[in-house]
Amino acid sequence: MEIWNTIMEQGVLATASEILRWFFMLVFASELIVDIIMKGIGIGAILGVISVAAIVFTYAERKVCAFMQVRIGPNRVGGRYGLLQSIADMLKLMSKEDIIPEGCDRVVWALAPMLLFVPSALIYAFFPFDKGAAFADVNVGVFLMLAISSQAVLPFLMSGYASNSKYAFIGGIRTVAQMLSYEAPMVFSLLGVVMLSGSMRMCDIVEAQSQQLWFILMQPIAFVVFVISATAETNRTPFDLVEDESEIVAGPFAEYSGMRWALFFLAEYANLLSVSILFLPGVVWFGLKVLAMVFVFMWFRWTFPRTRIDQMLAFSWKVLLPLALANVLFTGVGIYARQWM
Amino acid sequence: MEERGIVVEVVDIVPPILKNNVIVVKVDQLFKWAHANSIWPLSSGLACCAIEMMSCAAARFDLSRFGYEVFRPCPRQADLLIVAGTLTWKMAPPLIRLYEEMPEPKYVIAMGSCAIGGGPFADSYSVVSGIDEVLPVDVYIPGCPPRPEALIDGMLKLREKIMHPERVEEERKARLMEA
Repeated sequence: MEIWNTIMEQGVLATASEILRWFFMLVFASELIVDIIMKGIGIGAILGVISVAAIVFTYAERKVCAFMQVRIGPNRVGGRYGLLQSIADMLKLMSKEDIIPEGCDRVVWALAPMLLFVPSALIYAFFPFDKGAAFADVNVGVFLMLAISSQAVLPFLMSGYASNSKYAFIGGIRTVAQMLSYEAPMVFSLLGVVMLSGSMRMCDIVEAQSQQLWFILMQPIAFVVFVISATAETNRTPFDLVEDESEIVAGPFAEYSGMRWALFFLAEYANLLSVSILFLPGVVWFGLKVLAMVFVFMWFRWTFPRTRIDQMLAFSWKVLLPLALANVLFTGVGIYARQWM
Repeated sequence: MEERGIVVEVVDIVPPILKNNVIVVKVDQLFKWAHANSIWPLSSGLACCAIEMMSCAAARFDLSRFGYEVFRPCPRQADLLIVAGTLTWKMAPPLIRLYEEMPEPKYVIAMGSCAIGGGPFADSYSVVSGIDEVLPVDVYIPGCPPRPEALIDGMLKLREKIMHPERVEEERKARLMEA
C-alpha cells in the first residue's frame, strides 16, 4: 500500500523510468551511456505514441463519422468492429506506386512531407504526459512549443510550390494565410493561462491546475478561442481550406501518392493529438481527457460545413483576436484584484 | 525454400501447435489482403449512375462497412476508378488521363449499361460503346442504372479478384474452352 502511495505521488511514468535507469546503471555502470539509452527510449516512446495515435484516430474518425451519419462504419475487416481497417489502409499506402510528377522541384517536393512531420513530432518533447514525465522540461516550454509548431506552415508552402500544379500552389498559399492568422489568437489565448500559473514551464502549469481549479473553468473564453484556432491550425473542417476537395482537389497534397501522402496524414493526426493535449494537461486522467478532446474535434469535423476563405480570415482577425485580447486584459485585472484584496 | 528436392512452403513447416496462435503469410499475400480491403475509389461520376454510387456510400447501403467509403478527390491517392455513366468521346481523354494519374496497382469498374457497351447510345457517333475500348476493365456491373447493392457486390467481386487472381484466370480459361 505504501509503495502504491509513493508511486502515485511520484507519477507512474516517472517511477517506471527510474526503475529502468536503475536497471541500466547495474548493467552498464556509466552515467553517460545510461543517459543516452534513456533518451533513446524516450524518443522511441514519443514516436510510438504518435504512430499508434494515428492508427487509432483514423479508425476512430471513420467510426465517429459513421455514427454521426447514422451508418455503421467499418465492420468487416478484422472482426465485428473492423479493427484491422486502419492496418489494411496503412499497408496499402505503403505498397502503392511512388509517383514523382514531371516538372516538380524534386528535392523540395520530397522534403516537404518529412519536414511537416518534424515540428509536429518535436513539440511532444515539451508535453507533461504525467507528473515529472516530460521529455524536456524547459522553462520556456509554452513559448518553444508555439515557435516550433508555427514551423509547420513552411512545408505546406514548399509542397504547394514544388508540385508544379496550380491547385497545389493555391492550396499552399491558402495554408500560409490561414495558419498565420490563427497563430495570433492562439498565442493570446494561451497567454491567459501563462499569466495565471505565472510560469511558461509546462510542468508548472499542470501543477498550478492541481492546486487551483482547472484552467478550462477559470479561462472559458480562452479555451473556446483556443479550440477554434486549434481547429484551424490542424486544418480540420470547418477550416480545412487546405484540402478543399470541391475547389482545389486536394490542395498541397494533390501530387503526393502512397507513403508520402500518408506522412501528411500522420502529421495531421499528430497535430490533432498535440492540440488536444495542450489545454487539458493532467495527471492520471490524462488519457481520458485527451481522447474526449479528440472526439470534440471529430464532432466538429462531421457537423460543420466548410467555411469560405474570406469568412475564415475575417473571423480570425475581427472576432477571435479581440476576444483573446480582452481575455488577457480581464485576467490581468482579476489577478491584480486578488493581490490587492 | 527447397528441401530434398521438394519445394516446401514456409506455411507448411510451421509446427501444428503454433498454427492456431500465429498467422503465417507471405508478404505478397499480406499486401494482397491490404489492397483488397482498402480500395479507395476516385470520386468521379459521369452520368446518372453516379447518383447510385453516391447513395451507395450513404446511410442506407453504407459502403464503409467494407472499408471502401474513402472517396478520394485526387487520383494520386485513389485505387479504383468507377466509371459511373455514359462516356462520350469528348470526355474520354480526361478520363484516361485520370486513370493514368492513379498509382499502381489500380482497378477499373464499368458501372451500368453505358459503361459496359454504350447502353441506349450504342449506335451514337459521340458515345464510346463500352469503356473497355479505352481502359482495361476489371469488373462489369450491368443495370440501367445498377442498384447500390449491385455496386457493392461488384466491389466485393473485385476484392475476390485481388485476393485470388488465379480463380479469375481459371474461370476465363473455362469460358474459352466452352466457346
